[in-house]
Amino acid sequence: MADEFPKTPLLDELEKGAWPSFVSEIKMAAKRNAASRDLLGLLERSYREKIGHWKHGGIVGVLGYGGGVIGRYCDVPEEFPNVSHFHTIRVNQPSGWYYSTSALRKICDIWERHGSGLTNMHGSTGDIILLGTRTDELEPTFSELTEVGFDLGGSGSDVRTPSCCLGKSRCEWACYDTMALTYDLTKSFQDELHRPAFPYKFKFKMSGCPNDCVASVARADISIIGTWRDDIRIDHDAVMEYAEKGLDIQKHVVNFCPGKCMEWTGKKLTIDNSTCRHCMHCLNLMPKALRPGKDQGAVVLIGSKAPIIEGALLSSVLIPFWNPQPPYSDLKDLVGRIWDLWCEEGKNRERIGEFIQRVGMGNFLEMIGVEPIAEMVAHPRENPYVFYEEYLVEDDGEEEEGQN
Amino acid sequence: MAQMLTPQEAAEAMFNMVKEATGLRKLKPMDLTKNLLEAYGDRVDKQICKEAIKELVDSGRCVYTYFGGTYLELPHREGAAND
Repeated sequence: MADEFPKTPLLDELEKGAWPSFVSEIKMAAKRNAASRDLLGLLERSYREKIGHWKHGGIVGVLGYGGGVIGRYCDVPEEFPNVSHFHTIRVNQPSGWYYSTSALRKICDIWERHGSGLTNMHGSTGDIILLGTRTDELEPTFSELTEVGFDLGGSGSDVRTPSCCLGKSRCEWACYDTMALTYDLTKSFQDELHRPAFPYKFKFKMSGCPNDCVASVARADISIIGTWRDDIRIDHDAVMEYAEKGLDIQKHVVNFCPGKCMEWTGKKLTIDNSTCRHCMHCLNLMPKALRPGKDQGAVVLIGSKAPIIEGALLSSVLIPFWNPQPPYSDLKDLVGRIWDLWCEEGKNRERIGEFIQRVGMGNFLEMIGVEPIAEMVAHPRENPYVFYEEYLVEDDGEEEEGQN
Repeated sequence: MAQMLTPQEAAEAMFNMVKEATGLRKLKPMDLTKNLLEAYGDRVDKQICKEAIKELVDSGRCVYTYFGGTYLELPHREGAAND
């Protein structure tokens, strides 16, 4: 099969339209690479039969690491021998996904020597994904990647490669240095990243502001999202400029405010910051006129996940306002306590969010030694974790005294 | 005070646990840690267990495997593998 360019009438349909096509990219690689040619043939067959032809490989990896390689074998190796093994390698991306062209060329050169040459920049984990190689090419690939300064990312029941938005490097909204925190956590938790020891995966994602460009609130076990706790800064002249240039401030800014905290007289915009929900809507619409406050930090949230074993969860607030300062010892201590508890009590394949649901947020907070406060909410203005035990004990005592 | 296990001794104990469980059940690194803590009490702690697992994996006596979760097993040829 490998020498011939396979006929792919079904895949060809995916090349039509104005958008980029992964089929076109594989075809380009297939001109130079037998694995990509077989991949096209196998994929066409899967589309025709409506059956996947991949088997999961659970053992492949590099010596000493428990993550970073996802094993794949084809179930029709006689027909497609060049994708008989087609393992994926996850490579830890730089914080904020910044590369020099030289670094990218090095990665691609390594991958053309040892794999299919196909990449996914980037996977939903944030890692560089190198698609398709043989078991005996894993160690040489790893060795060459480390020589040029790259390491494998996480997979399996470990800390997954921490990822972040580009933060203060380019974004005016960033309320803390996401890249510095991500780099620090990656370095600090190397052992947890490469040696899976947890009940299931554990993800850190850092966003510099509530726009949450890395969607940490929906998919990270620990989401760290930039915020501010003083007033939104307003440049009134710039607000007027937006109005004069045709922005309907009442309709498009004020009326969409979820906290209903804004008022527009036609000449002046006022904000009741005490009811602002930090949704970023007004700041996004008038970036020249509005800016986050100056007292900046981050909210630390816990427990979100995409639906795999059970349904999707969004994060709940764990620390309403945290000042991220190196070496971030307070956060690392807290995470250590969470891991100790989760490893001790968590079930196999139970994410931390599911664990919290099972034991209850109140018990969880008590077990990790965090005082519950009203700002720990699942949704804005809803579900404060209020604990009645202390009041009940006091009331019981009073009742008993009264009865006596 | 009881003599603490060395990471090498802990690794040997863990290796035996993995060996005995082979074919019966898969053990996660945390299972091994818990089992060792239970078996040796205050002669072992989590840090020693961590080092023992590192020792086992770095020496190639055990390998990490992934089948829904991550386990530690004796090296073997997996069923799904193509030659």
